[in-house]
Amino acid sequence: MNLPNDLLYSEEHEWVKKEGNKVRIGITDFAQDELGDIVFVELPEVGEEIDADEPFGSVESVKTVSELYAPVSGTVVEINEELEDSPEFVNESPYENAWMIVVELSDEAELDKLLSPEAYQAFVEED
Amino acid sequence: MANENFPLIFERSKKGRTSYSLPEMDVPTVELEKELDDSYIRKTPADLPEVSELEIMRHYTGLSNRNYGVDSGFYPLGSCTMKYNPKINEDVARMPGFSHIHPHQEPEGVQGAMEMMYDLQESLKEITGMAEVSLQPAAGAHGEWTALLMIRAFHEANGDFNRKKVIVPDSAHGTNPASATVAGFESVTVKSNDKGLVDLEDLKRVVGDDTAALMLTNPNTLGLFETEILEMAEIVHGAGGKLYYDGANLNAIMGYARPGDMGFDAVHLNLHKTFTGPHGGGGPGSGPVGVSEELAAFMPKPVIVKNDDQYVFEYDRPKSIGRVKPYYGNFGIYLRAYTYIRTMGAEGLKKVSEYAVLNANYMMRKLEQAYVLPYTQHCMHEFVLSGKKQKKLGVRTLDIAKRLLDFDYHPPTIYFPLNVEEALMIEPTETESKETLDGFIDTMLQIAKEVEEDPEIVQEAPHHTVVKRMDETTAARKPILRYKKI
Repeated sequence: MNLPNDLLYSEEHEWVKKEGNKVRIGITDFAQDELGDIVFVELPEVGEEIDADEPFGSVESVKTVSELYAPVSGTVVEINEELEDSPEFVNESPYENAWMIVVELSDEAELDKLLSPEAYQAFVEED
Repeated sequence: MANENFPLIFERSKKGRTSYSLPEMDVPTVELEKELDDSYIRKTPADLPEVSELEIMRHYTGLSNRNYGVDSGFYPLGSCTMKYNPKINEDVARMPGFSHIHPHQEPEGVQGAMEMMYDLQESLKEITGMAEVSLQPAAGAHGEWTALLMIRAFHEANGDFNRKKVIVPDSAHGTNPASATVAGFESVTVKSNDKGLVDLEDLKRVVGDDTAALMLTNPNTLGLFETEILEMAEIVHGAGGKLYYDGANLNAIMGYARPGDMGFDAVHLNLHKTFTGPHGGGGPGSGPVGVSEELAAFMPKPVIVKNDDQYVFEYDRPKSIGRVKPYYGNFGIYLRAYTYIRTMGAEGLKKVSEYAVLNANYMMRKLEQAYVLPYTQHCMHEFVLSGKKQKKLGVRTLDIAKRLLDFDYHPPTIYFPLNVEEALMIEPTETESKETLDGFIDTMLQIAKEVEEDPEIVQEAPHHTVVKRMDETTAARKPILRYKKI
């Protein structure tokens, strides 16, 4: 399982990359593999507020539609518009090309609740 | 098998070829320009295929031969109740007294049709244990939505505008949260416990004075009977919420248990599933709703009632949520359901559920030898296997489903319910013989063996169908939605 060391992870299979007081968010390699070929990604608009543990968008694969749960709360300041035309990025490059949103954190302490790569790996394996 | 390249009817077109010959004109001609406003007259002829009658026949007969239905083979599509649709239903639906009437006729002139609908309502009341039934909704999800509107109207009539949430289990049909959302509610998930049933502690946690209703199917989508339904009803009613019964799985309990007796306040039924409306081609469906005494005032109007010996549409229902379907729903499906109920009789319907449950359990116990059975108690009319053992060998549930096509079976429902990994949801129904069940079991066991010995044959299936493995990804990412002349 590919789990970059510089990222944090959520139990809903999102990764979080800290960039100053902002975070970049996407879904993990494990998540994309479980979902299968992604055919559509629905993201929020720039400026929207998102709340931790609440859905902020969805990904549709040939099997199913799954909600994306926000790992943190904050304001969406950037979205990856390329995913609209190239949803396959989620399968091909979950940690690079398929970043989904950038969020300005409203409570940095929420990051403490996220998992380290080792903890996420253990979580996935026990599941 | 026919060639994979089956042309579109447009591609068979040859300019000037026709399938008609009109007699010489023997009526005066009119000038269109004088009769119609210019904006209504098309300037270029419609682009229609030009083909002979024989070509039309071969084209559509060819397509129909590629179809698969219950009349062609075993169709264990979980949650869909693909049972045999008796042909006597078709005879009755084609009786001129039913098939030649028009929805604009006055009720006095179509008393037979009105009586049939009324009697169907009465039968469904008896089967579900509800006080009133409306036949109007066009299908299951429409029935869900209709009932949720009634539940909202009920709360609002009590001055209770705070009930914005509808609780659905994590194993629910996707239509439940969708209907709740479309009806203006927010859907909240209640978790299942390790037995695959609703977790009562979690239900107590999510229920509150903002709960409008709990939507539940019983048996649930794992094919398991929610044994704690009375406790659940108490919890939800205690908080002032209503209980909604998704009737998709009624085939498991007919004649044995009634949603009304379990404490449900509203139900929908799928006449096209449980009551043999043919639905392999996508419909039409029919999703009548039944409600308790408390909700009856809010039923869609008009309501069919019997006044002395006359059947009438009653419109004087001031609290009604209004009409939910033009005319009175999908009448043709009522005829089939009514015929089914009358030909089966009360004892027959009870046998239906008995055999449906027996068939499913028989199959489940045979297949658990080779596939993971996540919930091991006896099932009702369907059961859910997990393909996770096969996944470890590199074969996915999708591959197993595709491999079944090679053996002329319609695959079961896959990847649903969502709380089972690599799910295979199998509903054999009561109408299949033991030989058919054994044939399918043998095939499933053989596929499990192939997964171990020769996984490629499964991964690359189907091998014997007209069309091989579809590129579903490209079809979804770059869909071609209509014919375009190149």
